[in-house]
Amino acid sequence: MYQGIRMSGFGGQGVISAGILLAQAGLLEGKNVSWFPAYGAEMRGGTANCSVVVADDEVSSPIVSRPDTAVVLNEPSLAKFEPMLKPGGLLIVNSSLVNTKPKRTDIRVALVPCNAIAQELGTIKIANMVALGALAGLTGAVSIEAIAKALPKVFKRAKPEILELNVKALKKGAEAKAE
Amino acid sequence: MGEKILMKGNEALAEGAIRAGCRFFSGYPITPQNEVPEYMSWRLPDEGGTFIQAESEVAAINMIYGAASTGMRCMTSSSSPGISLKQEGISYCAGADLPFFYANVVRGGPGLGNIAASQGDYHQSVRGGGHGDYRVLVLAPNSVDEMANFPKKCYELAFRYRMPSMILADGILGQMMEPVEFKFEPVDPKSFKEAGWELGLAAGRRKRIVRSYDLREGELEKINAARLKKYREIEEKEVLFEAKQCDDAELVVVAYGTSSRIAAAAVKMARDKGLKVGLFRPITLWPFPKKQLAKLAEKSRKFLVVEMSMGQFVDDVRLAVCGRIEVDLYARPAGIPSGEETFAAVEKSYKSMTPARAAAPAKTAKPKGKPGRPRKKPAKKAGRPAKKTRKGGRR
Repeated sequence: MYQGIRMSGFGGQGVISAGILLAQAGLLEGKNVSWFPAYGAEMRGGTANCSVVVADDEVSSPIVSRPDTAVVLNEPSLAKFEPMLKPGGLLIVNSSLVNTKPKRTDIRVALVPCNAIAQELGTIKIANMVALGALAGLTGAVSIEAIAKALPKVFKRAKPEILELNVKALKKGAEAKAE
Repeated sequence: MGEKILMKGNEALAEGAIRAGCRFFSGYPITPQNEVPEYMSWRLPDEGGTFIQAESEVAAINMIYGAASTGMRCMTSSSSPGISLKQEGISYCAGADLPFFYANVVRGGPGLGNIAASQGDYHQSVRGGGHGDYRVLVLAPNSVDEMANFPKKCYELAFRYRMPSMILADGILGQMMEPVEFKFEPVDPKSFKEAGWELGLAAGRRKRIVRSYDLREGELEKINAARLKKYREIEEKEVLFEAKQCDDAELVVVAYGTSSRIAAAAVKMARDKGLKVGLFRPITLWPFPKKQLAKLAEKSRKFLVVEMSMGQFVDDVRLAVCGRIEVDLYARPAGIPSGEETFAAVEKSYKSMTPARAAAPAKTAKPKGKPGRPRKKPAKKAGRPAKKTRKGGRR
């Protein structure tokens, strides 16, 4: 198993944190992992993204240029990462914010209304966890349990009820289906 | 020890230095190494150490000159343009035989370049870097785990040989997160014994002088000759490298740092396709594994150097094999190759190996013979080429 993942969205949507969480979860499951942020000339309101690799083998380049899976939480990310996906790859789209439909027919697409689901659970802040849950459910790269275990390791100062809410979002996301 | 934790390369580097006994850091911010001073700024005071954000790189390195003169374990770090600014001070430290440790988290260049990863500072690192005749010990990690564990090695070498040592990393190694396991117990600086050259409280002992000059006639040459002797000893004893699947390899990919892990992926793809390809990775860039590469050149047919620069590292590989084997170059100056791209370069290099070269037994037999009689041997062994030369002579 070698999963090259790209996660992308507006700065503030939590794609960088979700990426760290994913890598931490992979580590807890005994996988080889890497996490690499885009650290260019980033700006407020701009798009942030990170690369995560979860693998049984050694991780070669931590920069994922041909992702197996891409998570796009906003409109500009779709335009950037849809063309980069490997044929047969998985595209997880936050359909609450992304109105454009993916064009490629050689990939699997999961339209997940991350913001709407997060709002239903209580706060829009956990939209990234819904997306991460969908990724875990659809790829099997890591388990929801591992992510739940990784949560307090990454968010050391988070209150237990907040962590619990995050786990709820992960589980809800994991119900997502891809076409 | 034991537990693997997820850490960013720059933070692992800083933590590794502290665990190796570093108690003084001075530096000046620059991307992509900012996490090093940031981490040091809160972590060092916890250990009773000192962190200083200097007013410039020049100030930072001269503070290191002072701290290193007392024999304590100190550190500075920067990225390419900042390291250039520090070169004068590094040269002074080398001239004064001061042990200290620094890291260059290389970014794109020349000039201000960009903030992405690059290997463009290779020559600067392995040839000393500043003015004058000197070397620094250069270790090239290729994972965050090595970023964490190499500072200890750097300090040990620096203090054993009384000279600067450095880690040559890049933006990828600095910014990425990977599992880390510190493979050593934290070192207590109080356990270090005085070697006898350190400055400090002089009451009751003879004076000691730390300086990088000697104006007496002929003295500097003597000092430099002693330093050269030391360098030779290091080249003999301290070489570190990694060789994977080189035993039956016809093509050996030679790469260091980040490009070596990308090359490893390309080598795996090549092996999956049945190509006999190996990977040789120098861990110390100075001392350079010259002998090991020369030996490898005897049994393989071709080398391919992969580097994220125009062709700097390839110079040392070519010097090591001295024309004995063909050395191809896949250069990506300020670019980051993917595994697939690197595999394409490997395949191209592999397929362009001339069968004639492989068939010629004289090639492999050559180094066994004594030097001084090279003319007779090829004539005896390879009958056909000899005839051809004669024919050519008649014309």
